[in-house]
Amino acid sequence: MFGKLSLSAIPFNEPIAMGAVYGSLLAGVAVLALITYFRKWPYLWNEWLTSVDHKKIGVMYIVLAMVMLLRGFSDAIMMRAQQAVALGSSQGFLPPDHFNQVFSAHGTIMILFMAMPFLSGLMNIVVPQQIGARDVAYPFLNSVSLWMSAAGAMLVMVSLGVGEFSRAGWSGYTPLTELAYSPDTGVDYWIWSLQISGVGSLLTGINFLVTVLKMRAPGMTLMRMPLFTWTTVFTNVLIIFAFPVLTVALSLLTLDRYLGMHFFTNDMGGNTMMYVNLFWTWGHPEVYIVILPAFGIFSEVVATFSGKKLFGYTSLVYATAAIMFLSFSVWVHHFFTMGTCANVNIFFGISTMLIAIPTGVKVFNWLFTMYRGRVRFTTPLYWTLGFLSTFAVGGLTGVLLSMPPADYVLHNSLFLIAHFHNMLVPGVLFGFMAGYAYWFPKAIGFRLNETWGKFSFWFWLTGFYLAFIPLYVLGFMGMARRMQHYDNPAWQPYLIVAAVGTLLILCGIGCTLMQLVVSIRQRHANRDLTGDPWDGRTLEWLTASPPAAYNFAVLPVVKDRDAFWDMKEKGTAYLKPERYEDIEVPRNTFLGLAVGVLAFLLGFAAIWHIWWLAVAGFAGLIAVVIARSCDDDTTEVIPAAEVERIEGLRSRGTA
Amino acid sequence: MQTESLTMPANASGGHEVHDVAQIQALGFWIYLMSDLVVFGGLFATYVVMSHNYAGGPTGGELFHLPDVLLETMCLLCSSAVFGLAMVAMHKGDRRLVLAGLAAAFLLGLGFVSMEAGEFQHMILTGAGPQRSGFLSAFFTLVGTHGLHVSFGLLWMAVMMAQTVAKGLTRPVRARLMRLGMFWHFLDVVWIGLFTVVYLMGVIK
Repeated sequence: MFGKLSLSAIPFNEPIAMGAVYGSLLAGVAVLALITYFRKWPYLWNEWLTSVDHKKIGVMYIVLAMVMLLRGFSDAIMMRAQQAVALGSSQGFLPPDHFNQVFSAHGTIMILFMAMPFLSGLMNIVVPQQIGARDVAYPFLNSVSLWMSAAGAMLVMVSLGVGEFSRAGWSGYTPLTELAYSPDTGVDYWIWSLQISGVGSLLTGINFLVTVLKMRAPGMTLMRMPLFTWTTVFTNVLIIFAFPVLTVALSLLTLDRYLGMHFFTNDMGGNTMMYVNLFWTWGHPEVYIVILPAFGIFSEVVATFSGKKLFGYTSLVYATAAIMFLSFSVWVHHFFTMGTCANVNIFFGISTMLIAIPTGVKVFNWLFTMYRGRVRFTTPLYWTLGFLSTFAVGGLTGVLLSMPPADYVLHNSLFLIAHFHNMLVPGVLFGFMAGYAYWFPKAIGFRLNETWGKFSFWFWLTGFYLAFIPLYVLGFMGMARRMQHYDNPAWQPYLIVAAVGTLLILCGIGCTLMQLVVSIRQRHANRDLTGDPWDGRTLEWLTASPPAAYNFAVLPVVKDRDAFWDMKEKGTAYLKPERYEDIEVPRNTFLGLAVGVLAFLLGFAAIWHIWWLAVAGFAGLIAVVIARSCDDDTTEVIPAAEVERIEGLRSRGTA
Repeated sequence: MQTESLTMPANASGGHEVHDVAQIQALGFWIYLMSDLVVFGGLFATYVVMSHNYAGGPTGGELFHLPDVLLETMCLLCSSAVFGLAMVAMHKGDRRLVLAGLAAAFLLGLGFVSMEAGEFQHMILTGAGPQRSGFLSAFFTLVGTHGLHVSFGLLWMAVMMAQTVAKGLTRPVRARLMRLGMFWHFLDVVWIGLFTVVYLMGVIK
């Protein structure tokens, strides 16, 4: 009836795990109780859970990303605390079994369930508005993507309390992840959470590529698109070409584990390195998938807060395109030590170095945009400046690692950990935090508190340096990654400094939460009535904050690259049209949520071998798809009079 | 693909809303097919890498029976051709002919799937199942993934026949039939690659 699932799957005898379980359950119950107490269920259901409005889907994505950031970060604190104390006779507080789960969960969560939802969220809120569209190409599919990501994240959360998570790292190398070496359900949790959220990401990629290609406002030629939109185009192309490879890698591993096949086993003609190749064919483009939109955010922020057109727009577009192409030709640099011949390694080494060139072009574009501009030092710009200075260090160490001989020495050491955190924290996370501060007023309707935002930035920046610069040194001193325990006393001081850095980052996250609380309390004072709180340049600032369901009452006509700036200069931005027209918008549906729930059940059932439930979940998914495909009436009309009323309310703000 | 013939008139509400729904859906479906092709690309690459990992088990030359595979191929290609005829009937607005074409395409597709299932069953029963060697794992997965696609195509075709009966050849139904056609022809293209790389090259050695 319940497959492999029994009460013994709950780790009652592990106090730390149970603490996390009780903590998560308590937080969950508290949220549900509050919703019930304030009688917000109908509101939540009608306005959010069943919504197919891209702005709301975007906000829900970012809520998911923030929750998962907390989870992934608590894993980071545990690792740093463990390594600060686990010297010699001290075993620390995390047994190896648990420590391995913690680092595996940290990587998986931060990449797949923090960075990806954050990226999808920002893309959802911003891209349709930047191109002057009323919605995405496939609003329902958008909701399906959201709920599949949420289903994957839920599986990771459930693994805290029911069974265990993978111990094999976020990259899940074979043969360790094969049944022979990982017989429990940990790897299965990892497989199914990635597989389900991966399909969601793929659908998002298709959706947004078509949105940008087909739904742009009149006059918005490709080379007039804002840089953030451009970078999401490249990201979506990467998603479309890379995620299917992850699907393949995970499916083959699944077949090995569930049906006893021999793709990646040591015996019977399996080939373990095939997995590593497939994984990084996805994995390397994946880091560009998350970082290119961050580059787009920096471009928007720099131009807006310097009050200038972006310097070298064309070169930025082409540089991003170059990175997109190159990102598929570097995957072997993740495993130079596999032992291919020197010529193969040097090919991948050189193509890796080449990526530094277009990235360098971008850095100069941003610097020259600020040069002689009237720079306003707001929170988003702080994040950008922090990124520019810190990211350069990570880039340099990356070029260092791209040399195969150097990589042979530094492979799998903490130097590598320091390097990729030096790319992903200042690059991706600072970028998304800049985007969060920059577009928050647009999505929610009031500005975030600047003081707490800047506190958060300084804690993050100093905490980052303290946490990761020592790791570079430790890498040179020979400390390998993923060590639960060590015997070299010379390492400990550095690890203690790194732990202190993590505490500073904790303060930074605390400040971000505090900023949210303070901003909500001060919302009346900071309300954005104009829709254009930063004196913006691109079309998303033309709409109200938060935008009406239809974004634009009249679709804008684009005449220049910084379309909204151009309209403001010509005085045409807020012209009232002679008459309003009926607007067709997609109707809410619970089917997207249903897909998420069914996918979660399917994944959970497959993990625990509860076959009747897996079959039921799969049949349910097919039924939902067929039901939806037979529905020809999926839109509703907002009458012109209602549009006029909404716009009338708004024009008080812009008058 | 005859996207143009399905173009809707510019939205009656005028203004700038000329985005054509059927065209947008078709583009998205093309892109989905491309990503699906990447899935097959990954499986092909894996198959090629593992195609000699027999682990002491049977080789392709010993297992494959080309006349059967040729018949399978003919089933699939004819199914596609008949589907194409059904699309011609659709543009003429002849619902009965569309249904007849779909039914024939469905039966031919069903013939393909059942022949493949028979081949798999025979191999498994004679001890050459997917657990036998890396080569056979890759073979069953690559060919089976294609077969699974064809099976889903059949399910989709059944749904579309029901929709054609219930709704007639409305604009959304025609757009869906067109996308089903793209899917169906796409599976032919993949099969041609599969027939060559797996069966022909497997027997040559």
